[in-house]
Amino acid sequence: MMDLSAAEWTAVRLSLVVSVWATVVSLPVGILTALVLARGRFWGRALLSGIVHLPLILPPVVTGYLLLITFGRRGPVGQALESAFGLVLSFDRKGAVLACAIMGFPLMVRAIRLAIEAVDPRLEEAAGTLGAGRVATFLVITLPLCLPGILAGAILGFAKAMGEFGATITFVSNIPGQTQTLPSAIYTFTQVPGGETGALRLTLLAIAIAMAAILGSEVLARRMARRAAG
Amino acid sequence: MSIEVDLRHRMGAFTLDARFTAPSGITALFGRSGAGKSTIVQAIAGLVRPQAGRIVLGGRVLLDTAAGIDIPRHRRRLGYVFQEGRLFPHLSVRQNLVFGRWFAPRGSAGDDVARVVDLLGIAPLLARRPGHLSGGEKQRVAIGRALLSAPDALLMDEPLAALDDARRAEILPYLERLRDEVRVPILYVSHSVAEIARLATTVVAIADGRVERVGGASDVLSDPSAARLMGGGDAGAVLTARVVAHDPADALTELAGGGGRLFVPLLSDPPGAEVRVRLRADDVMIALDRPLGISALNVLPATITQLVEGRGGRVAIGLACGPDRILARITRRSAMALGLAPGTACFAVLKSVAIARHDLGHG
Repeated sequence: MMDLSAAEWTAVRLSLVVSVWATVVSLPVGILTALVLARGRFWGRALLSGIVHLPLILPPVVTGYLLLITFGRRGPVGQALESAFGLVLSFDRKGAVLACAIMGFPLMVRAIRLAIEAVDPRLEEAAGTLGAGRVATFLVITLPLCLPGILAGAILGFAKAMGEFGATITFVSNIPGQTQTLPSAIYTFTQVPGGETGALRLTLLAIAIAMAAILGSEVLARRMARRAAG
Repeated sequence: MSIEVDLRHRMGAFTLDARFTAPSGITALFGRSGAGKSTIVQAIAGLVRPQAGRIVLGGRVLLDTAAGIDIPRHRRRLGYVFQEGRLFPHLSVRQNLVFGRWFAPRGSAGDDVARVVDLLGIAPLLARRPGHLSGGEKQRVAIGRALLSAPDALLMDEPLAALDDARRAEILPYLERLRDEVRVPILYVSHSVAEIARLATTVVAIADGRVERVGGASDVLSDPSAARLMGGGDAGAVLTARVVAHDPADALTELAGGGGRLFVPLLSDPPGAEVRVRLRADDVMIALDRPLGISALNVLPATITQLVEGRGGRVAIGLACGPDRILARITRRSAMALGLAPGTACFAVLKSVAIARHDLGHG
């Protein structure tokens, strides 16, 4: 039962690759955005927060469609990227990375933002009196202290990317070997007669990957918490 | 090196308007909570930006609002010891200690780690994390961390306020060593007269955001007109006396002060050593004639220099005992009954407990 076909393997591998890339690419941006939202005092902060959270509330199809008309070959950004770097996102796995990153972004930013807000600003003040500038203070005090939150954010982003379906299929379609991720493959199985076994196999695999990610993050977070507590 | 401070800052109904100069040694900023002491040191450290002011540390201008100078806090080079320690929880004690060293300018003459560790007695703690330290240990590490950042001055914002009496007693000797061994000026915020009497070389008394009095610790603490500021009965002169002899049989040590002999509970200091003794104003009685048949061991001839009416029917009385100044606080009724006036010759009767314990410190 658990022998995966070559096509199924491809879908699983693609999902993992896309999700890892989506997490890695969005993490620095996510940390920066969370920092701005947690500490920034500027006009339009609520608006920025709204935009960041939008993919969480919008129907994924809408997000996918917006990506398509913006980053598609005829979209303004898509055209610019193609003529400048020869980079085509629509109907490509790089597009899947973008879709997954954007869908996971709100969850990631939220977790990191909460962690940054939990860091005692008086410790940063103390670092300042000891000669550390703002950047140094962020790197040696704030960042290490909210590492568990950053890890949680990354795991959430990764999990969301693994499960992303609506925006991905709208933006980059469901091309086996190219853009057919695990959820798309399951969806495909359910659309053909006799596909139940394949769908079930991939479903069990998806559960296993999700469990492994959560358990792994739990262990890491506990280790970090122990380190922080001494 | 000295710190010149001139600040004006308004927060709601509270107005801070303070100007003073802190010389080297420990300058105590003294006053009730809410008097503005903490705001002053926070402004010096650059944690609070005053609306107007000028702060100069040893010729280096840290803040001059008129000239548009405001050095950011991380370039002011001031060691700050916070009331709650604020050690970095994710770093070991050793890493906390050398934290400031990473950012100190190259070639700055910072203290040697081994010397500071020894001075504060924290060698056994180096490998631990702050979460595993007691309150007193944390505060000693915090002091070491501030010292090792090669600061041009130390700012201590009620460093003992969050500790119980036992922890306080554990740290005070280290602060005395600091005063005697560290070259930089120390600004010490406190609302405890006992701490100031023990540590301060200069006192800046603050009330309602204003500097009420600046002077040498012994002058301010023995000044009747400052008694109200210093908390009435807690006020009291600080004298320096020399150990003359020990009498182990009676468990007493004889001291020679400017105004005469004093007997205190047995000290361990060798004869000739100088000790700092504190005489609480409420523990000084006044007699017109030398009292006979009295249990108090210490009776000094004195002359009244000043009487100042205080609150609650009390009078603060300045006394001259030879070159020493003593402060007494008695009821107005007694002062009237005895007919006390400046120039009256009398005797200061010091209840034996009035002589401070040995750990009051070496002057």
